[in-house]
Amino acid sequence: MRIKFLLVLFLIGFILQFGNAQLSVKYEKFSLPNGLTMILHEDHTVPVATCNIWYHVGSGREKPGRTGFAHLFEHLMFMGSGHVPVGKFDEWLEAAGGDNNGSTTSDRTNYWENFPTSALELALFLESDRLGYLVDVMTPEKVDAQRDVVKNERRQSYENRPYGMASIVLGENLFPADHPYHWPTIGSQEDLSAASFDDVVDFFKKYYVPNNASLVIAGDIDPAKTKQLVTKWFSDVPLGKPVQPLGAPVAFLPEEKRIVLEDKVQLPRLYINWLSPKHFSPGDAELDVLANVLAGGKNSRLYKRLVYDLQIAQDVSAYQDASMLNSTFAVIATARAGHTLAELEKVIREEINKIKNETPSLREVQRAVNQFESGFLTRMERVGGFGGKADLLNNYYVETGNPDYFNEDFARYKALTPEDIQSVAQTYLREDGDVVLSIVPQGKKELAAPAKGGK
Amino acid sequence: MKKSKVCARGASASGGKSQNEIVMLIPHEVREKHLTWVLIFAFLFVSLSPAQIPDRTKPPELGAPPTMKLPAIEHFKLSNGISVVLMEKHQVPLVEVELIVRGGSVNDPNNKIGLASMTTAMMEEGAGTRNSMELADAIDFLGANISAYSGWHTAGVSMFTPLSKLDDAMALFGDICLRPTFPKEELERNRKERLTTLMQWHDEPRAIASVQFSKTLFGDDHPYGKPTIGNEKSIRALKVDDLKKFHQTYFRADNARIIVVGDVTGSMILPKLEAIFGKWEGGKAEQQSFPKAEQMKERAIYLIDKPGAPQSEIRIGRIGVERMTEDYYALRVMNTILGGSFTSRLNQNLREQHGYTYGASSNFDFRVMPGPFLAGSAVQTAITDSALIEFMKELNRILEAVPDEELNRAKNYLTLRYPENFQSVGQITNQLAEIVNYDLPDDYFNNYTKNVLAVTKDDVQRVAKKYIDPENIAIIIVGDRKTIEKPLEALKLGKIVNLTIQDVLGKAPKVE
Repeated sequence: MRIKFLLVLFLIGFILQFGNAQLSVKYEKFSLPNGLTMILHEDHTVPVATCNIWYHVGSGREKPGRTGFAHLFEHLMFMGSGHVPVGKFDEWLEAAGGDNNGSTTSDRTNYWENFPTSALELALFLESDRLGYLVDVMTPEKVDAQRDVVKNERRQSYENRPYGMASIVLGENLFPADHPYHWPTIGSQEDLSAASFDDVVDFFKKYYVPNNASLVIAGDIDPAKTKQLVTKWFSDVPLGKPVQPLGAPVAFLPEEKRIVLEDKVQLPRLYINWLSPKHFSPGDAELDVLANVLAGGKNSRLYKRLVYDLQIAQDVSAYQDASMLNSTFAVIATARAGHTLAELEKVIREEINKIKNETPSLREVQRAVNQFESGFLTRMERVGGFGGKADLLNNYYVETGNPDYFNEDFARYKALTPEDIQSVAQTYLREDGDVVLSIVPQGKKELAAPAKGGK
Repeated sequence: MKKSKVCARGASASGGKSQNEIVMLIPHEVREKHLTWVLIFAFLFVSLSPAQIPDRTKPPELGAPPTMKLPAIEHFKLSNGISVVLMEKHQVPLVEVELIVRGGSVNDPNNKIGLASMTTAMMEEGAGTRNSMELADAIDFLGANISAYSGWHTAGVSMFTPLSKLDDAMALFGDICLRPTFPKEELERNRKERLTTLMQWHDEPRAIASVQFSKTLFGDDHPYGKPTIGNEKSIRALKVDDLKKFHQTYFRADNARIIVVGDVTGSMILPKLEAIFGKWEGGKAEQQSFPKAEQMKERAIYLIDKPGAPQSEIRIGRIGVERMTEDYYALRVMNTILGGSFTSRLNQNLREQHGYTYGASSNFDFRVMPGPFLAGSAVQTAITDSALIEFMKELNRILEAVPDEELNRAKNYLTLRYPENFQSVGQITNQLAEIVNYDLPDDYFNNYTKNVLAVTKDDVQRVAKKYIDPENIAIIIVGDRKTIEKPLEALKLGKIVNLTIQDVLGKAPKVE
């Protein structure tokens, strides 16, 4: 049989300079006739390389009654495939000095193998085999085995952790029931119990197709040779049906929601969450900087007031949790003993209102941007794993179409003015459209933030 | 049926030859600082040789193990004798500098545990002419990170900065190392914060398990038996003078070493270090000696009740061995097989075969003095007893000779991925810190692979028998007593000591 395919290759070599930062990651991009996108990046610092693949499917695609399925499926990807007996994925890789992991979000699922350069072809074989032949050897027993593991992951990371249920409750209240971000990626115990072997086959056929994936090979590689090897190992996987991008109307909170949960904790904790613009859209970088101005470091507004001056909080944090369809912005603070969440909320609202009424100082914004800048530099160091260069190239490619989006990404921050920061506070940190969650010690509801209308 | 399906697909993919059509884009030279590129299309026809058609019947052959070329470890001395260890790394304009002194939590007086930890935390709360807020603002504004830390036997200050901010960051680094001011009001604030942390430990099954584990292994008289952040009484007792004294005792020239990694050279960084540290006075800090901790002489279960907990936190262990033991490499290999990797026996058994947990592992914590050997997991409450049976099974099975396949996998896993530890300035600094902290020779990195590969099957069995004694071992479980106590009793593994969280942590401190 003759295999005919077309490789489209972009070879891009730019060196951009930003102040002293050199934020450029050179890459080559091409795609196979079966629709798989490949991105190659050379870094010869140490003789290791990484294989990083993103499937453009996350928990947002789950069917009703099957929450947690995309993540359960991720676990099944390590259970062997057509030509890889169960257990051998990890054994062969470790015996070659490699390591691996995967993760699932609402938007996507990613997998990586880090390995010495001698194991490049092994990694490609393993990764391509589970893309091509996973369900050939899938069994209900494998599904059961990982179902138990994932249920324990839920117990360990959520149920048996103080304040562990907060993120689940917040998601359910921020997004309407039919929004892909309404349910948690970890899923519910009931839905995990319900996941079936047939679900696995369906999900695989629908979403684990080369045209719904992007692959980055980075590290101490020879690009020409790597191209050949990737082509060799991934070309026998047939093109799948097109996967339509997941869409959702922009979520909107028409009014404030206030929730109180009791937990086995010593101290009450307050969560104020807002809906915010999706990743890379206008307002997203501004909110990152606003989070830093509010709670990044000792001099941030909320840390200084709550933790340092008043000493009524043990900790405070703020962040823009950016995702592809919609983001959320959060302020979280834990009260000191003897203090209530009402006291904390009052100060938090005051500080947010100050920013709404008066632009933050240039130094505050510059301090945040400088921290982001060194963060970008740090990302130039490590090739593999979560947050390594390969993972970032893939992330940028998936979300912007440009793998080397490092400079553009940083430029978003660099361009910000204090007025920009003030403006997103005014637009998004509304008092009539947020979710206020109080987690209080059992039997201590009086420590919660006041009920609606009671502030 | 399944098998034949596999073969059919494999066969269809491997038949015949083909011509490949490749469209290449050739980059234009980047001129000056312009961002410009031009696309030129060329069509290449390459045919796959039979070797390029995937044979999925067996895993592909591995290439020859790569060799890593590291920049040299360079040694310098400042005029007052402080040693400087440098590794250049020029890929990214970043610099990491770390000052390490001998002296840490083991040196905390009995009534002042938490002293080392509080002293170093307070070094960030004001230094030179800057108060706590000014110092933090100056560091954050540079995009740098400067933090003081303490370990069991060492303390120090580490600095991470973009190269462009090196001079400013170094000045702040020098202030924190040499001129901390220890303001009284900052101590009061930190004291409250720590007491609150102790209070929050009551919520954390992992913290509870870890405190009881150290206490059971090392007892109340050995420094390793106590929490490094201190207890309520000792934290309340700490005074500014205690912190100043700790700093003066251990942060002095003869007791300090400096590590530099990053986009610098010796001739560039040395004058800067000399200007900051060259006049620092010496005086050697006396090193204390400590009583030998008594090894576990029985097997006992310490069951700490956490009513309604959906999982049990399990910690199993005994006293291990010091970092400089000649058994170091054999222990690393043995532990990789037992619980040091994903395919290790504990993880495969408890997670992959039984689904009792999200993960199980083991570890030897190598310290200056013998640290703990620990095997642990968080398991579903209902099967706590079954999980314990599997733990004991694996702790006994590792005493038998290990198969070649597992031995070789572990050795490869430890050696072939070693270069991954040398990618970032932070990683390299950690590697050099091991050399500095244990006075390892410069060829340590070079000989690492050889030393791991020299470990034999007999070595693995010998060290397993020497250090893992399943009859004399502590078992700590934090979980729902009502559900798990009876099944645990039925296992007859040893006496069960029932404890409450308060027995372990004391009453939650009242923070006013």
